[in-house]
Amino acid sequence: MSIFIDKDTRVLVQGITGSVGAFHTKQMLEYGTRIVGGVTPGKAGGKIEGVPVFDTVHDAVKATGANASVVYVPPGFAADAICEAFDAGLDIVICITEGIPILDMVKAKRFMEGKKTRLVGPNCPGVITPGECKIGIMPGYIHKPGTIGIVSKSGTLTYEAVHQVTAIGLGQSTCIGIGGDPVNGTNFIDVLSAFQADPKTEAVIMIGEIGGTAEEEAAAFVKAKMTKPVVGFVAGQTAPKGKRMGHAGAIISGGKGTAAEKIEAFRAAGISVSETPSDMGKTLARRLGLKVK
Amino acid sequence: MNIHEYQAKAVLSRYGVAVPKGKVANTPAEAEAIAGEFGTAVVVKAQIHAGGRGKGGGVKFAKTPEEAREYAKQIIGMTLVTHQTGPQGKKVKRVLVEQAGRIKRELYLGMVIDRGMSRVVMMASTEGGMEIETVAAKTPGKILKEWIDPAVGLMPFQARKLAFGLGIPGELTGKAVKFMTGLYKAFVDTDCSLAEINPLVLTEDGDIVALDAKMNFDGNGLFRHKDLEALRDLDEEDPTETEASGFGLSYISLDGDIGCMVNGAGLAMATMDMIKHCGGSPANFLDVGGGATAEAVTNAFRLILSDPKVKAILVNIFGGIMRCDVIAEGVVTAAKTLGLTVPLVVRLEGTNVEKGKEILAASKLNIISAADMGDAAKKAVLAAAGRAN
Repeated sequence: MSIFIDKDTRVLVQGITGSVGAFHTKQMLEYGTRIVGGVTPGKAGGKIEGVPVFDTVHDAVKATGANASVVYVPPGFAADAICEAFDAGLDIVICITEGIPILDMVKAKRFMEGKKTRLVGPNCPGVITPGECKIGIMPGYIHKPGTIGIVSKSGTLTYEAVHQVTAIGLGQSTCIGIGGDPVNGTNFIDVLSAFQADPKTEAVIMIGEIGGTAEEEAAAFVKAKMTKPVVGFVAGQTAPKGKRMGHAGAIISGGKGTAAEKIEAFRAAGISVSETPSDMGKTLARRLGLKVK
Repeated sequence: MNIHEYQAKAVLSRYGVAVPKGKVANTPAEAEAIAGEFGTAVVVKAQIHAGGRGKGGGVKFAKTPEEAREYAKQIIGMTLVTHQTGPQGKKVKRVLVEQAGRIKRELYLGMVIDRGMSRVVMMASTEGGMEIETVAAKTPGKILKEWIDPAVGLMPFQARKLAFGLGIPGELTGKAVKFMTGLYKAFVDTDCSLAEINPLVLTEDGDIVALDAKMNFDGNGLFRHKDLEALRDLDEEDPTETEASGFGLSYISLDGDIGCMVNGAGLAMATMDMIKHCGGSPANFLDVGGGATAEAVTNAFRLILSDPKVKAILVNIFGGIMRCDVIAEGVVTAAKTLGLTVPLVVRLEGTNVEKGKEILAASKLNIISAADMGDAAKKAVLAAAGRAN
């Protein structure tokens, strides 16, 4: 078991003919992901890494039976690509693109209302169920099948957590980057409740960062609904106020959204907080009662 | 991106948002001429990208053109310190000279993107002139909110609800609706991330006017607004941050002495946290991003080295999109062309890591390699303190 994606997931790559899309199509195929088609308007009939290219998501779904897509489309067109994937009725759309205008995402979210498709991202590394399916841009080889679920706003910090989990001799059930944009699809709570329901996941690492209140809401959910152990880290303890720290959503505005508030909320919810980014693995081991060398 | 009050008012008035009659002056003589042309009392307002200007002495009421000249002389060139500028303050280059109206009531109107709701929200409060954060903390019940459906925009009934909630008299609701509708349209058309009218005033003459205006724009939307980019005032920005954004890098100056180059915003923040935890202090936040090239890495190095405070550099890369060999090539090229003058600690992990390490080793450069993030931070802190590792 895993959440959201597994070995049977049939994936389309939107923006497959771009350099980033083509590069990662190759990487995903090498990992064993079932990439069944690609979409680039006006490029139907071509092939990338042996994968057939279609003009529209609808055409691609009809021809391949795809149930998932990953979006590598440039920022000005990405929200439209997400909506197209929703319109085609896929189960899950994972948007990697960074830099989508926020108001484009506000409109896209309105379009998404009432549709069954799940959006992960944008501005995220993607989703991986180790040994089964990798959708996104994460380096596949650092992952190992196992029982720890990881959810994070940050891409490279997710890799860091994966690395540390592997180092203490455990593996991952599914790792999900929800992205650092202020308006996004899947949130912490969606992922936490899926991990809680997944029999294979035994514990969760949740990585937040400054800005917004998603971490506080997630903490309240953990306190109320989760029985599985949760370990947390919040990036940006030293970030200055009022400065956007790379991610569009990572800003302390009006004194709100500080790491200190989020860490406090984590602690109050019984989440084991990792003091530094290099202690996530050790904190997890302690919480699980494992001996670490 | 932020713009000045006078620029925000010019943008808003194109959308039917009522603003006082005003013109910008670069010299005291210009201020006098504008006041003379208006033939009324005026307000002379310092134009900087920060609030709290009145308390800092940057806003003056002038009854005559001569007074306008005198106040402009005091304000232009002054270093204005407000609670938003930091103790170093900001130098004033120009003033806005506006016709002074007779104010009956001061209200607040603002728009932001509500992250939780994924909607634009219009907020109104009777506490005009107060910061909305303060109102939210002390009397949250005094903030009225209307969330806007992007498919239909701000509906007139929503604007009326806010107007009646603010106690705007019935005969002025038409003007209030026009004002709010214009504000929403401007917000959406220009890819705003924040628009604030504080205070929004009702005048004795029965008008509803934006006495102050603040607009921030979503940097991700700027590519479709070349006209707005022209409003950018580079003097208001940190020059290194501006240069970095030109290279597609996200850079923020900080006070410490360890220069950081990291891929990914979260990891970059975490690296700063780690340095602090090890007893050091970061000189900057720098995310080289996903698609960075060797050239971008060279530029990143140049930016870090241009900061005289930097005593050591920490490169922390966990390659996903960013391949370690690309980073390594950039590091080597930069070190060779720029001539590294401070210790360099490198921690590489992820895609093509072996290739990256080979490139670094083959370069024969004096690079301190680190096993993990904690190790890297410790070594960088020691190096910055001038101690051997």
